[in-house]
Amino acid sequence: MDKIPILKMGEFLLVTIQVDLYDRLALALESDLIMMLTKTEARGVLIDISAVSIVDSFMGRILGNIAAMSKILDAETVVVGMQPAVAITLVELGLTLPGVYTALDVEKGMDLLRSKIGDLPKDEEDLYDDFI
Amino acid sequence: MMTLSKETISIQREPDVVFFRNKAKELAVKIGMGLVGQTKLITAASELVRNMLRYANGGEAILEIIIRNNIKGIRLTFADKGPGIKDLKEAMQDGFSTGKSLGLGLPGAKRLSNEFDLKSEVGKGTTVTIIRWKNGV
Repeated sequence: MDKIPILKMGEFLLVTIQVDLYDRLALALESDLIMMLTKTEARGVLIDISAVSIVDSFMGRILGNIAAMSKILDAETVVVGMQPAVAITLVELGLTLPGVYTALDVEKGMDLLRSKIGDLPKDEEDLYDDFI
Repeated sequence: MMTLSKETISIQREPDVVFFRNKAKELAVKIGMGLVGQTKLITAASELVRNMLRYANGGEAILEIIIRNNIKGIRLTFADKGPGIKDLKEAMQDGFSTGKSLGLGLPGAKRLSNEFDLKSEVGKGTTVTIIRWKNGV
């Protein structure tokens, strides 16, 4: 059975989908991702769909699930590289992908993730500086 | 309306879906359908074939190249002998699902197609037919 590889890229995880997502593959991806998020404490997930030419409501549901799961584990999800014909079709299909950010490519996706998760204060003391 | 070619594919398992999608794309490309049209057609087909597998345990998918008023199109028919749909109007509502899905399959497929037909009888089965013309919007 194929497995979709999940790569660690700094504080983010990168998933590149290049094959048709069928049921078992999609479920395996979801559980692999949860495991990786827990293990690495990654703050963001990038899903590269630049090689995907058909996104139907099944795949849409998987992307939504991934975003929801990641949120629970304190990570944001960005879908990158959506093909124009896919974008047009998704709108007409009525698929809204709630909780999923989108970006044109991996670079922009990472910039978006950084802006969403923000920089955490290095020290608790930093928070009190303004009150002195 | 005339049928220029017709092929029937039996859909029983997930791999059949991939084979069917590729065949449908092949036909769409053959009649010169643009990329957006192809994407809409295959996405609609994907919804319907998934429904057939999930709710009816499979069925038949018929792929045809048709021509009407000198314009070519692709007609896809999905026929199953499954449980049938109790309330057609309900089934055509966005968000309605008897499974765990998003409920976009039927209304979505209708929006993505130029013509859509749904016939169903509880206990007998369901047949969905969609048409996308070569230059359909």
